[in-house]
Amino acid sequence: MNAWIAKQQYLIDFTLSSLARRKAKNLGLLIVYTLIVFLLASVMLFTHALRHEAAHVLDGAPEVVLQRMVAGRHDLIPPGYLERLGRIRGVQNKEGRLWGYYYDPVVKANYTFMVPNREPVPAGTLVVGAALAKARGLAVGNVISFRSYSGKLFGFSVARILSPDTELVSADLVLLNEGDFRNFFEIAPGYFTDIALSVANPQEVRNVATKLAQQFPDSRPILRDEILRTYESIFNWREGIVLALASLAILAFAIFAWEKASGLSAEEKREIGILKAIGWETGDVIKMKFWEGALVSLAAFVFGYVLAYLHVFHTSAMLFTPVLKGWAVLYPHFDLPPVIDGFQVATLFFFTVFPYAAATLVPIWRAAITDPDSVMR
Amino acid sequence: MIELTDIRKAFNQGRENEFHALGGIDLQLPAQRVTALRGPSGSGKTTLLSIIGCLSRPTSGRVRLKGQDISGLPERFLTDIRRQTFGFVFQQFNLIKGLSALENVMLPAYPLGGDWRELHEKAQRLLGDLRLSHRREARVEWLSGGEQQRVAIARALINDPEIIIADEPTANLDTALSMEFMAILEKLSASGKTVILTSHDPLVVDSSIVHQVVDMRDGRVVRQDTTRNTMESPA
Amino acid sequence: MIFQPAIIALLLASLVCVGLLVVSAPFAFDIIRHWNIRSGSERQLVLERRTYLLSTLLTFVFATQLVALLLFVFNADKMSSMFVGAMCAVGTLNVNVFGFPALIAQIVVFFLAANWLVINHVDTRAHDYPLVRIKYILLLALLPLLLVAAVLQLRYFLGLKADVITSCCGSLFSEEAPGVTGDAAASPPLPTMIAFYVALALAAGAGLFYRLRKRGAYFVALFSGAAFVVAMAGILSFVSLYIYEHPHHHCPFCVLKPEYHYQGYWLYLPLFIGTAAGLGVGAIQPFSRVPSLTVIVPAFARKLATLAAVMWSLFAAVASFMILNSRLVLLEG
Repeated sequence: MNAWIAKQQYLIDFTLSSLARRKAKNLGLLIVYTLIVFLLASVMLFTHALRHEAAHVLDGAPEVVLQRMVAGRHDLIPPGYLERLGRIRGVQNKEGRLWGYYYDPVVKANYTFMVPNREPVPAGTLVVGAALAKARGLAVGNVISFRSYSGKLFGFSVARILSPDTELVSADLVLLNEGDFRNFFEIAPGYFTDIALSVANPQEVRNVATKLAQQFPDSRPILRDEILRTYESIFNWREGIVLALASLAILAFAIFAWEKASGLSAEEKREIGILKAIGWETGDVIKMKFWEGALVSLAAFVFGYVLAYLHVFHTSAMLFTPVLKGWAVLYPHFDLPPVIDGFQVATLFFFTVFPYAAATLVPIWRAAITDPDSVMR
Repeated sequence: MIELTDIRKAFNQGRENEFHALGGIDLQLPAQRVTALRGPSGSGKTTLLSIIGCLSRPTSGRVRLKGQDISGLPERFLTDIRRQTFGFVFQQFNLIKGLSALENVMLPAYPLGGDWRELHEKAQRLLGDLRLSHRREARVEWLSGGEQQRVAIARALINDPEIIIADEPTANLDTALSMEFMAILEKLSASGKTVILTSHDPLVVDSSIVHQVVDMRDGRVVRQDTTRNTMESPA
Repeated sequence: MIFQPAIIALLLASLVCVGLLVVSAPFAFDIIRHWNIRSGSERQLVLERRTYLLSTLLTFVFATQLVALLLFVFNADKMSSMFVGAMCAVGTLNVNVFGFPALIAQIVVFFLAANWLVINHVDTRAHDYPLVRIKYILLLALLPLLLVAAVLQLRYFLGLKADVITSCCGSLFSEEAPGVTGDAAASPPLPTMIAFYVALALAAGAGLFYRLRKRGAYFVALFSGAAFVVAMAGILSFVSLYIYEHPHHHCPFCVLKPEYHYQGYWLYLPLFIGTAAGLGVGAIQPFSRVPSLTVIVPAFARKLATLAAVMWSLFAAVASFMILNSRLVLLEG
């Protein structure tokens, strides 16, 4: 066992010096390899962080939301619905919600106007998201006016700016007083955008939803779990598409690795011939080459992953913000909370190291079977 | 020590350019003697030397090393025998560029996985014996031809082989260095090593250090002179 | 099919492995037909060199299989949130009928590849490579199995359909998927517990006995194989309950999760190594009479048997430790 370990140490030792002796060639490989890892790791870290963030945001969302449908379109909840709900077993709390979208021609972006159910906003004031505040250059105490859809001008003073922590969802958020909201959008008292129900026991959610569907045939209940699941699928799908596209890059990389591994220079061939002549066995050369691949892979993997980490979590994934995000014009400048997932590292490993290893397998063997007497010819 | 029976070696078998480098060699190489294979280029002496040194396998025929038939052994075991029994000094020295003299000397011992400190000391001692201590950290491409050859000799000795194989050892050396090489060879022989070399350099083959000369031509042994110097050789 | 990274990775891995083996199959055929160790002909030398390629390949496939197995289980666990009613990997694997067969096929391939490598190792120790033909016939036999495993996995992934909100549809009830349940058919704890410890004792004992007396190699393999099955049943029926400290949570996969401090690895690592080593002892036993192997086989089998005995004891110790450390009480008195 000790001899085995010592032997591996010798082989690694030799490999390191051999890599150092061919800096130019190996540096090229390392850069391309690192780039591939960086690309894939960025995609994975980014979507994973988004997924995580979405799940985190939804944590506080109600278990069930009831929307009224008219002609297949989402419509206002008319007065009386909230009362008609009565008591459904398992429902802890129910409340009507008021929210809507507003297009601001100044910054050419959509805002979400919302009436908070807890901590009501005083009449005439607003609480705004950080991105919005930045876009309009707002500070606490400033006055801002919006022209409503009916053409009237409304002025508000900014009471508070939301913390940038939750910027992914609050970027375009405007919180306002219920009265102001109804006036601005001209929604009569008693009407709501939708109804939120909280259900304590997760096992009950489905039963509650069934009852709601029976009681209000013109409405649809939306479950938080379903939203989560949908998000999960969409994120996975997006990630999958990107990776499938990236598989072309991986294939190119595998071919590149194959070439690098099989295109041994005369000098390298001579070296392997010498090693074999002075007593290295084919298996020893294969092991030495294996360590070479392992070291290069490890270096590329670590470099690529660290770069991707910096890219996603410190520059907010500036390279593909426009591709993967972008559900609003007002890009949230958000710092994703760093999340690393072992499963993802394993998957990434499969996408990068595995193709490399598979591509270099045969070239390594070819090099290793060099005739030991070749140096004498 | 080494017995060869009807050794043949064919290249490009079954193709048009098939040719037989060796056509039935019978030869006995005694232990603790210096044997020289002599012949023009193309006579098959290098091919024979590579078969003796377990660098390649004969197409047919038998090789016995200390009584053991090794001709049918797969490469894995041949290598094992090779690194324990043989040390090689090549015509081109075949040192690995970019590595220091010391590292080059240690290379054959890497697959054995021995203790690093011991190996290091042994390599230094060998380089010291060959008056190369001061050059041990130098890269081999910075060494002179004579120094390179002495590094190659140290490398050949690192695994303590019984047999030293040298392929045209003086082909790249001037007379003075060739003489120096012969002196080293004499010391090795005196210390009990068996030496087998190929050469057509009269300085080598006519030297009194060589006990036996085998003349080769067209893949066959044409003359074997075993009578030289038997008196002064060790028993 | 669900389009996501881990699935693509797994499919890629099995595709590459099958591809490599298919491409190398003609080489194996060549070796079976033309191998002649006594010959020094160029063909023989070429064949000999190919054996290096094939064993390197198999090692690669084996290593891939090992990582893929882990990834497969991880992935199943991760995807559980995408299926209504699936709480963890068990649910995801039950989404269609190919889930568990795919997993089992992968485990089988893993053990067979391990055994092949054991036979290969012994063979390359002998001066005349006596098992070359047998080895490559076995390799060719392994190929269809690998293919079956790959196809099962593909069918499984193709059959996955996530329950997703679609914008056109108002009512959002996903049907409860049939048969999706975390509760595996649980056997009663006490008899299972007895069987569990008896099987482990037999496997460890057979290994130890072989180490001491060099006899009973087949028993080492037999008991190790049996112990693997019983140990899995034991993990399902009671070990997992103790880890989760919940009387109805029978799941062999959740133990691998961070919520349970990755305790599963401490169980599965010795379990898999022990089984592979134990089976390996039996796999090389038929060749112990081959003249050039009479010394090599028993010596290596002894090492493997020792490893198996250590691993089975370790497994028993880890499981017992988890049970004793748990606040759950299954057996009164």
